[in-house]
Amino acid sequence: MLELIVISTLNGVLFGMLLFLLSSGLTVIFSMMGVLNFAHASFYMLGAFFGFQLTKWIGFWPALVLAPLLVGAIGMAVERYGLRNTHKHGHVAELLLTFGLAFAIEEIVSMIWGKSPVDYRVPTLLDFPAFTVFSTNYPAYKIFMLVVSVVIFIALLVVLKRTRVGLIVQAALTHPHMVGHLGHNVGRVFMVVFGVGSALAGLAGVIAGPALVTQSDMAASLGPILFVVIVFGGLGSLPGAFVASLVIGLVQTFAVALNGSLASAFGPLDPSAGPSVLTDVWNVTIAQVAPIVPYLLLVVILIVRPMGLMGTRES
Amino acid sequence: MRKLTLAIAVIAPMLGHAASAEDTLKIGYIDPLSGGGASVGEGGLKTFQYLADELNAKGGILGHKVEIVPLDNKTNPQESLVQAQKAIDAGVHYITQGNGSSVGAALLDFVTKNNTRNPGKEVLYFNYAAVDPSLTNEKCSYWHFRWDASSDIKMEALTNYMKDTPSIKKVYLINQDYSFGQSVRTDARKMLGAKRPDIQIVGDELHPLLKVTDFSPYIAKIKASGADSVVTGNWGQDIALLLKAAADAGLKVNWYTYYAGGAGGPTAIKQTGLDHQVFQITEGFANSGNQAAMDFEKAFRAKVNLSLWYPRAVNEMRMFKAAAEKANSIDPVKVAAALEDLKFEVLDGGQGLMRKDDHQFFQPIYISSFGKLAANEPFDEENTGWGWHLVSKVDTPQAMVSTTCKMVRP
Repeated sequence: MLELIVISTLNGVLFGMLLFLLSSGLTVIFSMMGVLNFAHASFYMLGAFFGFQLTKWIGFWPALVLAPLLVGAIGMAVERYGLRNTHKHGHVAELLLTFGLAFAIEEIVSMIWGKSPVDYRVPTLLDFPAFTVFSTNYPAYKIFMLVVSVVIFIALLVVLKRTRVGLIVQAALTHPHMVGHLGHNVGRVFMVVFGVGSALAGLAGVIAGPALVTQSDMAASLGPILFVVIVFGGLGSLPGAFVASLVIGLVQTFAVALNGSLASAFGPLDPSAGPSVLTDVWNVTIAQVAPIVPYLLLVVILIVRPMGLMGTRES
Repeated sequence: MRKLTLAIAVIAPMLGHAASAEDTLKIGYIDPLSGGGASVGEGGLKTFQYLADELNAKGGILGHKVEIVPLDNKTNPQESLVQAQKAIDAGVHYITQGNGSSVGAALLDFVTKNNTRNPGKEVLYFNYAAVDPSLTNEKCSYWHFRWDASSDIKMEALTNYMKDTPSIKKVYLINQDYSFGQSVRTDARKMLGAKRPDIQIVGDELHPLLKVTDFSPYIAKIKASGADSVVTGNWGQDIALLLKAAADAGLKVNWYTYYAGGAGGPTAIKQTGLDHQVFQITEGFANSGNQAAMDFEKAFRAKVNLSLWYPRAVNEMRMFKAAAEKANSIDPVKVAAALEDLKFEVLDGGQGLMRKDDHQFFQPIYISSFGKLAANEPFDEENTGWGWHLVSKVDTPQAMVSTTCKMVRP
């Protein structure tokens, strides 16, 4: 039992950190610009495919730097030529733009790289078990993912809260005209913020690609859970997203580990009643419903605390 | 004048197309070409296209050129029906599908209803991989033919092998949460219970179909259960990621699988270092030793750049031709009648039989293990240097199971 708890905790933390890596960019964009970027998971996918392609050409480590830069550049272009124009029509137009973009990116990716998973492997330098707990190995690569997540979290916090750059960026959101009068280019600030957010998604893609599967539906399969993370943590709150990622990672991992069902809690149904819909509900285990648990959490938190764990406003 | 030329340029190819469409024998291939099942679906499509080319090179079927029409169903039963209707409207009389028994059941029902309502416009459903036993038992239909061994046939063979392996003490079942996965788990429980009552089932897991991206929590659970063997019917990314997570965590168990050979599976097994500890059960495999099959494999790999994952598709297409020639017609009603009780020499050798009672094809079944290759085994998988090695062969008579099908004949 202890073994399962320890290992599930470790797995949960590792998965949670991956979620944070993914949602950090989304949170940055939302908190700084107020844009809910539906195409975020698509930037993540682009990062993974760029990472795969560049790894083939020039190796993993250069790809780790170049791929996020490329994705960031695409993000900046999207902001400059897309979002900036739709901005004056309000948030719905922006939302629809990113929504359409997500589909476009998925189609383009599957046209270029096909729909099958590509063979994107962990770099040999990190392809060894880092440590062993209860005879279960933990790959060094996963530890690398964890470290990167934590570094990004700290770096973002410091930049946004402790530097002049962060100050200007935050001021540009609430008082764009004043910031403009002070001689800063507000348009460029937004463009850079969107670029950085996209680059973070790209970085997550390069890193998560070899650990999970790199294929053209990866955006669609991870997209929804990102929204759970940022809504649960509080829209726009970076520490909130960090905590929410950990909570969701742990909850989902532990849910898989649990075998409890209504039948095991209250005893089996009377067999003479025969099979019915109720028998299915009665016998379903927590492990079976594990994947929907985060969404249940989302519903609950929206009812109980609509601003999320650490959010400041209700939106 | 220019407009006229343009109009002719646009319309002429259409007319030409309409004329040739009469001669072409179209087979609607309804399988996932996007989403989690896409890798499997694309492999299947390439296989069928190769087989169509092979038939066309020898004059097609009764002089008709065979064409595969790819239709993406996203592994979704509802979408499959939309695609099937689309295919029928486009003049397709034969559809083939394999991935997902939930899809299979929906298509079977759809085709049966279609044929009752539209006499003279019948459609046949050739199933090459949906293996839920119910499709040839309680749900059986005259218009459905299955070339893959059903799940209970495979489990029968697999448990017969496990029965004689005394080292198996604790078994963990992990399957996809839908009709097929559930039938694997029920059959495994029933058959292991009957053949080896001393084996303990230490876990029985169902997980969502093609949705899990990280199997580490499941692997932790398997490890904690103390299992020495895992039985799974997982396919597509669900088997590849499961094995990948096992490789990462260093889980050392024996794997008894239906589909470990699918895309990504061999690479993951090589990573685990489990030499000849992962077993799969198929109707044929690259190193089966049959010369004709090995020649086919070689040519197939050279052209398609994939291992032949569906020897049953070869049997299906070749048998389709045989049945059409026997009936001397490509009319679906006549082909269906000709297929019943048709005996056929399968790709990997030995005689198979399309049983009249339930339209299930019976054929020799092989259990193979994945690992280092012997000298007479030329084929590896996914450039790993490892390949499949024959462990046990079950001949057709021993691979037959009874059916509860009460076939309604037209």
